[in-house]
Amino acid sequence: MSGTSAEPTILIESLVKRYPNSSVKAVDGIDLDVHHGEIFGLLGPNGAGKTTTIGVCTTRVIATSGRVRVVGIDVGGDPARVKQFIGVVTQYSTLDRSLTALENLIFHARYFGAGARDAKRRAEILLERFRLKDASMRLPDELSGGMAQRLQIARAIGHGPKVLFLDEPTAGLDPQSRLSLWELVRQLRDEGTTILLTTHNMEEADELCDRIAIIDHGRILVCDTPERLKQQTTTKTEIHLDFPEPPHGLLKALRELPGIDSAVAVPEGIRILASGQNGLLQRVVEAAHGHALQHVSVKTPTLETVFIELTGRALRD
Amino acid sequence: MTDILNIARGGRLGIYVRAFIGLLARDVRVLRRDFIPFLLRTVMNPVMFTFVFAYVLPKIGEGFHGGGAADFGTILVPGLMAVAMIFQGIAAVALPLVNEFGRTREIEDRIMAPLPVAGVAIEKIVFGAMQSIVAALVVFPVVAVIPAAPVSVHVASWPLLIVVLLLASLISGAFGLTIGTLFRPQQVPLIFSIIVVPVTFLGCVYYPWQLLDPLPVLRYAVLVNPVVYISEGLRAALTPDVPHMHPAAFLSAMLVLLTILGSAALRLFLRRVTG
Repeated sequence: MSGTSAEPTILIESLVKRYPNSSVKAVDGIDLDVHHGEIFGLLGPNGAGKTTTIGVCTTRVIATSGRVRVVGIDVGGDPARVKQFIGVVTQYSTLDRSLTALENLIFHARYFGAGARDAKRRAEILLERFRLKDASMRLPDELSGGMAQRLQIARAIGHGPKVLFLDEPTAGLDPQSRLSLWELVRQLRDEGTTILLTTHNMEEADELCDRIAIIDHGRILVCDTPERLKQQTTTKTEIHLDFPEPPHGLLKALRELPGIDSAVAVPEGIRILASGQNGLLQRVVEAAHGHALQHVSVKTPTLETVFIELTGRALRD
Repeated sequence: MTDILNIARGGRLGIYVRAFIGLLARDVRVLRRDFIPFLLRTVMNPVMFTFVFAYVLPKIGEGFHGGGAADFGTILVPGLMAVAMIFQGIAAVALPLVNEFGRTREIEDRIMAPLPVAGVAIEKIVFGAMQSIVAALVVFPVVAVIPAAPVSVHVASWPLLIVVLLLASLISGAFGLTIGTLFRPQQVPLIFSIIVVPVTFLGCVYYPWQLLDPLPVLRYAVLVNPVVYISEGLRAALTPDVPHMHPAAFLSAMLVLLTILGSAALRLFLRRVTG
């Protein structure tokens, strides 16, 4: 493989993508490096540019400008070679609907040069490992969401890629399938695979990723470990007040309280970010007196808090 | 377990060739599973055509005549083969591709195979071409059995037949790929009404091109239709007594068409893939 050992596994420099017939840039000057053996997460709302960034890294989207190198190979210059070293799981199922689960794995290995017998052996090992043995003869449309997603990942690593790209890998999965998928991704990381994933789920980013970049409107806002990002917030406490209907005049009163940085209306009631702590909760509850307050929750800062501080919006707003 | 497949062996070309063979093997596997539908769509058209035009109509005394001394069954054979070939390009390449692009997006998996995207497109053309040759050959047993009067088909020139079949099959594959990248799943019925029907009816299938003399506008207008050259080429190779174009004319036209359709198909395919 070309490139020096010091070079990051994925290197993105000044990446810009503007789709034809679009006035805005889907990706607007991204710089990023992902190191060998880490799980790196791109966290952001829908439409932030995450999928486009992965699309460029995986040769499926052509960059407007900028440079992307994966395992030392220029993605724009030699896409066919990059494809040898990467595995991709897209947001939607790209399983071959005409082939059984077993055949999906067999033919994937064959595309990557395995002989017929070797491909079958590999496919069987993968089915075993991903707990899909009972489904080996089923067509993709007959698999549950969790099974189909496991099959997609099994297929993506079938040729032993150095880098695995996962675009919203757990979107639409039930909580149990999500947890087992996280476990799988960690195992792959521990085996030395570098993983770049996108998510708009802050819990996933927090639990699973070694480092994350928060991305919005095609730009990276911050990039660090989840721990450090949470420590760097000026917010020390996030308070949620739930009301059956929007309370009149309360927002203004809350904003005037000392120690409160922001108070905004959200669908359930009011969200407060506060940097002061002593006696704050009592003052907030007193201020809400007479407004039919239903529920109060107090949280330490999460990645969601980080995102709100940076953009003024919640991830799902 | 994730031992890395030693794909680098054999160098870059070796990797491409193995990926290409893998893609072809996948298509053959799917075809084997769907063999009965494949057989039906391949056989039905020539059987029905031959039955109605070369059996029913002559029996009830309503047969067409044209092309000098040759009977209609004989005129029909190359035309039927041409239609079978071009239709196979649509059925085997265009229709699956419309779905894979528009509905299931499963084409994205094959795009990630370690070869240039153009290689994936060329594999589609080659696989379509293979089926199209099978479809052409199926016509022989059909016309040997069904017609009321025996058809007179003999290979006048094997090299010519082979060249015509090869060019025609690749044109069919490229034609199918072009259509497959242009239409969305909801527009599939449109493929039949605005593509299949006109290229079939105006493809010199039921009459040799020379006989269009009295209709000069039509005679030259149909020259954009690839089926015309396939019919005429097969006529020259199989039924040389029926009037047909000069080989230099249809061969060069087929080469030009293949170049145009092939490059259009590749360009459209790349555009769909990397938006």
